[in-house]
Amino acid sequence: MKILVCISHVPDTTSKINFTDGDSKFDTTGVQFVINPNDEFGLTRAMWFKEKQGASVDVINVGGPETEPTLRKALAIGADTAIRVNTEAKDGYQVAKEIANVVKDGGYDLVIAGRESIDYNGGMVPGMIAEMVDANFVTNCISLEVDGSAAKAMREIDGGKETVATSLPLVIGGQKGLVEESDLRIPNMRGIMMARKKPLTIVEPVGASVETSSVKFEKPAPKGAVTLVAPDNLDELVQLLHNEAKVI
Amino acid sequence: MSVLVYTESENGAFKKTAFEVASYAKAVADQMGTTVTAVTVNANDVSELGQYGVDKVLKVSDASLNNFNAKSYAAAIAQAVKNEGAKVVIVSQSADSKYLAPILSVALEAGYASNVMEAPTSTSPFTVKRTAFTNKAFNLTTIDTDVKLVGVSNNSFGLVEKTGSATAEDFAPSLPATGVTVESVDKASDKVTIADAEIVVSAGRGMKGPENWGMIEELADVLGAATACSKPVSDLGWRPHSEHVGQTGKPVASNLYIAIGISGAIQHLAGINASKVKVVINTDPEAPFFKAADYGVVGDAFEVVPQLIEKLKAFKAANA
Ligand SMILES: Cc1cc2nc3c(=O)[nH]c(=O)nc-3n(C[C@H](O)[C@H](O)[C@H](O)COP(=O)(O)OP(=O)(O)OC[C@H]3O[C@@H](n4cnc5c(N)ncnc54)[C@H](O)[C@@H]3O)c2cc1C
Repeated sequence: MKILVCISHVPDTTSKINFTDGDSKFDTTGVQFVINPNDEFGLTRAMWFKEKQGASVDVINVGGPETEPTLRKALAIGADTAIRVNTEAKDGYQVAKEIANVVKDGGYDLVIAGRESIDYNGGMVPGMIAEMVDANFVTNCISLEVDGSAAKAMREIDGGKETVATSLPLVIGGQKGLVEESDLRIPNMRGIMMARKKPLTIVEPVGASVETSSVKFEKPAPKGAVTLVAPDNLDELVQLLHNEAKVI
Repeated sequence: MSVLVYTESENGAFKKTAFEVASYAKAVADQMGTTVTAVTVNANDVSELGQYGVDKVLKVSDASLNNFNAKSYAAAIAQAVKNEGAKVVIVSQSADSKYLAPILSVALEAGYASNVMEAPTSTSPFTVKRTAFTNKAFNLTTIDTDVKLVGVSNNSFGLVEKTGSATAEDFAPSLPATGVTVESVDKASDKVTIADAEIVVSAGRGMKGPENWGMIEELADVLGAATACSKPVSDLGWRPHSEHVGQTGKPVASNLYIAIGISGAIQHLAGINASKVKVVINTDPEAPFFKAADYGVVGDAFEVVPQLIEKLKAFKAANA
């Protein structure tokens, strides 16, 4: 089985979010970038397929050279090769189109992406890839088994979960649950050394168009101070929620 | 030219979000000087949609669509969009709509903006405000394609009642082979889900153990709320993963979020920033959650929650 794992290069979850250039650009000063948490679950599941069932695992990112350390980290975790599509990621459609192009040429059986990346939270790349390459698609995926060309997946739905049967070629949008969190891997020294020798191929973009453009960013208005209510005066809390906040 | 909206139903009845996206579609249609057409799948009584600004309903009735399937639903909606010549397409951000939207976007060559918070700030260029960085910021985005697809965040726009009525028409799209077959659905049907809930009662590691969740459920019950939890709580197996709220869990956009024994780590707050009013109950006055909250009680959950339940019961009885 030939697997491609999409790796989004995102600010670490604790990052302070600021903007520059008249609020038009994300300020990367002092920000640590990591593998998107949803993609980390997918990468670990791909490693499981590789080790238990035999599979090759490539990782891909659409982005500039600054994303290479994140791809190297994925190689250190155990991916075989990395691909960087050499263009700035501008919107979900463009990223999906660039990846879909690599998927078509590479003959992948399974594409694992995260259900969304934690920077723009678009939640569109995996579904768009599936539609562009005419593959089956399951998102919010919390378990995946593959047997030959048949696949069984579970996905989270509002208020529960659903089990589905499908087949390869398949694209999934993965999330926590795909593997146990305790099974997520941290690159060890040997992995890091080996990653240096593994191929990181730079592919030129097909020049996919963008469909949406970011105009500017805004930060939420600063919040007023909390109104504290004494624990022995909960009537006041009930009244505040009723009369002031009007939520009960 | 109309605005087309997909209004979701379950077991024949509309979800609340259906009325919210209809209200949103009406606001866009007013801005553009056009009408609203809704697409429904196996919904029984579609007349209610008229009260939220829908002019025309395309009713799809097909037993093969009883279980949601992203590909078939997207195909049905895409055909309706083409038939109507709609230029703007509105969906909710339920798990199902988020599933079908990217497929629809490619099928229609329509630029897609997800997690949209308010009516467009302009329709030419078509500009919407969406959340970014897991609710830590907003992004103004233009959709530059001829047809535009907008995913409206739940509880962000609200319901706007109108005094209209909708005409209904049967619509029979041709459906593709699905490729994904639902084998089983495991869902508690009597519970309010986090995605739909107007009130969410959430608890963290401060509850000490799963045996103490009775009072959390009781509080939720009194308020007609959904229950939720912080990540360590679901990691420890005290509560199901589907209740885990935050950056790596579910986003919550309720009107009221009550956080009990939750510290308010940045990853948790990221998931609840879109909630309108936040109440925190925590023993530690330095807990970061107090900075994000509107109302706070510094106190022991084991004493505060049972009392709060009594007070709310009394309030409900008095206001019944
Ligand atoms: C990559 C990453 C992603 C993450 N994603 C998420 C996420 O999506 N969601 C999430 O929630 N977390 C997430 N986390 C974890 C997050 O950083 C915190 O560890 C977590 O939110 C803490 O949960 P908690 O507040 O329940 O527990 P604790 O931090 O243990 O806090 C418990 C709180 O309860 C209070 N308390 C104790 N006893 C009582 C009592 N009797 N009455 C009242 N209050 C009491 C304490 O004062 C304390 O504030 C993530 C972390 C990482 C690294």
